[in-house]
Amino acid sequence: MSSNYEDRNRGGYDSDDDGDRRPMGGRGGGRRMHRRRVCRFCIDKVDLIDFKDVRLLQNYLPERGKILPRRISGNCATHQRMLAEAIKRARNIALLPYTTD
Amino acid sequence: MDTKRQYEVVFIVDPTADEEVPKLTESFSQIVTDQGGTITKAETMGKRQLAYEILHHKDGTFVLLEIEGSGREIAELERRMRVNDRVLRYITVRVDEDRRRAEKLKARRARKAAKRPERGGGSGPRRGPAVEFAEAGE
Repeated sequence: MSSNYEDRNRGGYDSDDDGDRRPMGGRGGGRRMHRRRVCRFCIDKVDLIDFKDVRLLQNYLPERGKILPRRISGNCATHQRMLAEAIKRARNIALLPYTTD
Repeated sequence: MDTKRQYEVVFIVDPTADEEVPKLTESFSQIVTDQGGTITKAETMGKRQLAYEILHHKDGTFVLLEIEGSGREIAELERRMRVNDRVLRYITVRVDEDRRRAEKLKARRARKAAKRPERGGGSGPRRGPAVEFAEAGE
């Protein structure tokens, strides 16, 4: 998963490519696994993300403490926005860290 | 109904002043009711570790208040909390708008789910995977 992330960045400026995951040139065809991008919140039909739900939010906060980008998590835009907002609120009252080092 | 707003207030109390938590919660509730607001929920979330140090404290007692009112009581409450040095940190979140939105989405989903089977082949199950996928693709 993390190697996939790096591969994509090596390609350079692909910031607009947050849609389907298509193999980019160079890598052996079919080697790139087609990961289904599904928003877990949509599946669970979540309408509200509570900033007090630390257990949930922690899943989207890797070791470094940054918010997991949507191209990795597969969240839809709406839920990513709600999630980011909730994480920021949780950080404010020290439920979650701003950084970890 | 339009004038009523709902807020969630979470504040962190100094862990060395643990025994004051009920008293503090009580006095804050009093402030809110004095200003014309109502407390719909007051809950102590317990003592937990802080994700980072605040004023050299590594942990604190979290208290949650749910308040309904005009917004004026929030101003007063925040002022009091700012002045009180037992309160390490507080956050106020207005929740009525988000909750209303969530309700609306829920209602829409219910309507859609009720309608879908007729459209996409009558024999389809009511809560089948087809519905799930359609939702996920939104």
